[in-house]
Amino acid sequence: MTLKTRLFSVAVMLAASTVLSAAQERVVNVYNWSDYIDESILEDFTKETGIKVVYDVFDSNEVLETKLLAGSTGYDIVVPTGTFLANQIKAGVFQKLDKSKLPNLANMDPAISERMEKYDPGNEYAINYMWGTTGLGLNMDKVKAALGDDAELNTWDLLFNKETADKLADCGIFMLDAPTETFPAAKNYLGIDPDAKDGESIEKAKELLLKIRPDIRKFHSSEYINALANGDICMAMGWSGDILQARDRAAEANAGVTVEYVIPKEGALMWFDNMAIPSDAPHVEEAHEFLNYIMKPEVMAKASNYVYYANGNKASKEFLNEDVVGDPAIYPDDDTISRLYTVSPENAREKRELNRAWTEVKSGQ
Amino acid sequence: MTLLSAIRSRLVILIPYVWLLFFFLLPFMIVLRIALSDLEYGSPPYTPQFSLSDGWSGIWDKLSTLDFENFAFLVGDSLYINSYLSSLKIALISTLFTLAIGFPLAYGMARAPDRIRPTLLMLVILPFWTSFLIRVYAWIGILKQEGLLNQFLLWLGVIDTPLEILSTNTAVYIGIVYSYLPFMVLPIYSALDKMDESLVEAARDLGCTRIGAFWKVTARLAVPGVLAGCLLVFIPAVGEFVIPDLLGGSGTLMIGKTLWIEFFNNSDWTVASAIAIILLIVLVVPIVWFQNAQAKAAEAGK
Repeated sequence: MTLKTRLFSVAVMLAASTVLSAAQERVVNVYNWSDYIDESILEDFTKETGIKVVYDVFDSNEVLETKLLAGSTGYDIVVPTGTFLANQIKAGVFQKLDKSKLPNLANMDPAISERMEKYDPGNEYAINYMWGTTGLGLNMDKVKAALGDDAELNTWDLLFNKETADKLADCGIFMLDAPTETFPAAKNYLGIDPDAKDGESIEKAKELLLKIRPDIRKFHSSEYINALANGDICMAMGWSGDILQARDRAAEANAGVTVEYVIPKEGALMWFDNMAIPSDAPHVEEAHEFLNYIMKPEVMAKASNYVYYANGNKASKEFLNEDVVGDPAIYPDDDTISRLYTVSPENAREKRELNRAWTEVKSGQ
Repeated sequence: MTLLSAIRSRLVILIPYVWLLFFFLLPFMIVLRIALSDLEYGSPPYTPQFSLSDGWSGIWDKLSTLDFENFAFLVGDSLYINSYLSSLKIALISTLFTLAIGFPLAYGMARAPDRIRPTLLMLVILPFWTSFLIRVYAWIGILKQEGLLNQFLLWLGVIDTPLEILSTNTAVYIGIVYSYLPFMVLPIYSALDKMDESLVEAARDLGCTRIGAFWKVTARLAVPGVLAGCLLVFIPAVGEFVIPDLLGGSGTLMIGKTLWIEFFNNSDWTVASAIAIILLIVLVVPIVWFQNAQAKAAEAGK
């Protein structure tokens, strides 16, 4: 055999083996947020259905969106947040769910599905996976040392009131590096509609953020978990489940650090992470089976018990641990829920304006 | 046989051109095409102005109607110009520091006994055996507030309170100088290694001081190596993204990060491509200048 024919036969063998294995082995490619599932769920799914799960993770909506818009991701399930989902549906990157293959849809919470309609009208493209809020994580001892024992902690004043922020700056404040989180919070604090997209509202929110900018030690969307848990900082604006993770890590370390999550009385952003199937997904059948499996009450409960986020599955509540379903930081009471707000997606021009203002806040440019 | 060898020699000449075509010109054209397109949210997120189906005349017609709006946009906002300038400044200062550390290193290596030279060379290359990303991550552990460096300095008693180095431009300089040092050392070493030592002896015999001989002979002969090293450091440093992202702070302005924001946060591939095109132009100038300098040096050598 010459080299050429040898190479050719190797190529044929490789091609044949992939075709064969594709016929034998069913696969679903899942692209989810990092640290966002109890991995035993994936093993159980494979045991029950024989479908192998290829699991991959991302840590920002922007990275997911760029991949989706570029196309041919090879993923069968992706997990965008509501506002991003809405734009992506418009861009045509998802396919409609075949609801006849999803009998477990009956388990979903109508209240959450209704809120989801803002992003996915008719709930045609996605199912809610988890939802949560964006609030403040506090190192209780440090905050009390800085502000006094009887200071009110249930308020955005801690971050947006210059005087309080100045006092907390020495022990360290972290903020999410996401304008879609920080601007609505600033607008809400100023009494402006958090969902307002006009230039004037953005300008006002920017001014508020610029004023407290010198007090912020770092803008980052995940480092605050460790920083809070280790007691390196005294406050972080962050996502509920992440801060609760920090709380548990601090408790486990038993080094005298107490972390608590508060949903400030002025209200907080409520967001939804949802599972959808890209329009060019290679394994549509398996993707539906995966979604249906995830919507089983005990599976969804297992996921929530692990990640400390609330889910959109009503039937799962009876399987939730008491420290999850009974924690108002995860499942807020009705009064708190009424103070939560949601925001709608930005169009391209609004997005640019928002990101530009955010760059100015962060870098002064 | 002669025909075959003629074809073969042609092929050898052709290879660099094919290389340039596939790995430079073609990608450049793809990026330029996106840079001239209009932003539109979709998949892909732009409306191309050109497509191959237009034919040559169609493409020619469209060329005359181009508005270059994405390039105009970059001029309209000072953020982009400041990002380029800040990147050039960071790259330039880093290159000077790399040279200041790299030259003595290379000089020492070239003057070392033959026996240990291969070992020294190995030591310079050794860091490449670990992933670049992990090496930059390691600097986070060294530079952070409760990191190795601060603990060491506190222990020595040099400082009372930990220095804030991580998340500042200083950390970016340290990261770039560290990461690119081998690219400076190796070309200078190879230039100095080839140098005939007897030239220095001759200069000394003819009455030159040690320092004079170094400047008049060694430094002159090292120039091509220094130039190559400087470009190998400067060019990638201008477009560096990973180091400012991991070690720099929110105030660190570099074009790589600005481009990232356009591409990922704004989903604006058209402006991102325009930034990349301008970055390329900014970088091609020093390459052309370097080529000229080398050609001149070669001529002077004759």
